Amino acid sequence: MSDAALPSPRRAPFAPDWAMRILGVLLIAYLIYASTQLDLGLGRFITGLGEGGRFLARMFPPNFERWELLLEGMLESIQIAVLATVLGIILSLPLGLMAARNLAPWWVSGPVRGFIAVCRSLHYVIVAILFVKALGFGALAGVAALTVASIGFVSKLFAEAVEEISMKQVEAVRSTGASGMAVLLLGVLPQVASRFVGFGLYQLDSNLRNSTLVGVVGAGGIGGTLFAAFKRFDYDFVSAILISIIALILLAELVSGRIRAAMR
Amino acid sequence: MSAALDIRGLTKEYVPGKPVLRNLDLSIGAEGITAIIGPSGTGKSTLLRCINRLVEPTRGEIRLTGAGGAIDVAKLRGRALRLARRRIGMVFQEYNLVERLSVMENVLCGRLGYVPLWRAWLRKYPEEDIARAFALLDAVGLPEHATRRADALSGGQRQRVGIARALMQRPDLLLADEPTSSLDPRTSVEVLEMLTKLAAAEGVPVIINIHNVALAKRYAKRIVGMHEGAIIFDGPPESLQDDHLRRIYGGEDWL
Repeated sequence: MSDAALPSPRRAPFAPDWAMRILGVLLIAYLIYASTQLDLGLGRFITGLGEGGRFLARMFPPNFERWELLLEGMLESIQIAVLATVLGIILSLPLGLMAARNLAPWWVSGPVRGFIAVCRSLHYVIVAILFVKALGFGALAGVAALTVASIGFVSKLFAEAVEEISMKQVEAVRSTGASGMAVLLLGVLPQVASRFVGFGLYQLDSNLRNSTLVGVVGAGGIGGTLFAAFKRFDYDFVSAILISIIALILLAELVSGRIRAAMR
Repeated sequence: MSAALDIRGLTKEYVPGKPVLRNLDLSIGAEGITAIIGPSGTGKSTLLRCINRLVEPTRGEIRLTGAGGAIDVAKLRGRALRLARRRIGMVFQEYNLVERLSVMENVLCGRLGYVPLWRAWLRKYPEEDIARAFALLDAVGLPEHATRRADALSGGQRQRVGIARALMQRPDLLLADEPTSSLDPRTSVEVLEMLTKLAAAEGVPVIINIHNVALAKRYAKRIVGMHEGAIIFDGPPESLQDDHLRRIYGGEDWL
């Protein structure tokens, strides 16, 4: 016990994390370098604020005089979104099941997962540009691009949901002598149906938003009208379009939220 | 007495060279309850799952005799295997109901080996199937629960639905894998009581894996004791002595 009075060397309770410290210093250094390279100084920001003020002033009041053009574009965007979502969901159902590693053998799930990964890897605007080049201007290219995006999103999440199901329930249905399709229909799908509907509704929300943009690259919808209005400096018409888009998205979220709540 | 099930030389190796079931022979009569007891991991579940091929046997014969004729389940593939499975009902430890389906839909799952897919999909089951499902729900004491979702039921109620689903198959053989291990003592007795009564009424032989030796002795007319993948006791409950239990479960002090 006499040792207790002696000062013992201080013991470090935590190991120093040198890797994290070096990374932090490097990140700060890169941020400073990048902002000087891109001319992001305070002076540039203040000039920008002035421009922004003039821009906002010209957007007000919003001009709904050309409402027919606006309505036409909005309706086309909605059609693109709904068609792409429905097509995407229909294709995602088998793809998601085939990509689930607990149901499909690896030589099926592997290639299907690869295909889904390709659908996800390119941004939908790039896909839309590709389809505009391949199929020509118009809504068809927009529908095709957003269908690809929907497949990438819905089938990946759906496959993950299927991989989380209880295999005990599946085993019980199989033990009754049910065929493979019957096992899918009554053992697997009931476990994931509500989540699948949720993914579909979420994708419809996204597609409504995304369908307003594909028009910018010529793939149909309100985006084309918006882009033209920007180019002609019709900022009051731009603000009318933006207000309409925001209203549509809010409405869609409200409706899909209600449906999701009812599905639970 | 004719045999409903005749297992010859059944071996199962999950890992080659490490058999879980060792060259097992077992013959089950056309009626009554046979209880299989033994420590955890001794292959009881594997044995039951080999019989309806939820697990693939490595070697051996599994001859099933009944109204549907005589077959070797171990050799079947594809459609023939599905037709064999529908003759073998199974009750699970954790009930394994499809939780998001209703009680009635779960019971009718027992007909999936018989009805075409579109009927199951549109819920257009034949009238006699629906009538039988209602009769079975009455028999297991759940007459009011047909439209409730399975995940709204208690454990004992779920196991009753599980039994109704298995009997819905009109099986030649009923397998029960630890049917009472997730239930409280009183519910366990009630469920076993009902299983015994209904199986006798339907004339179906039952093989039941069970940990509770007292319940096994009370309800089975025959007890099979397993140890390390082999049968080391086979006889009526009266002849099962402490010495047998020591050899089945190992150890001394627990008795």
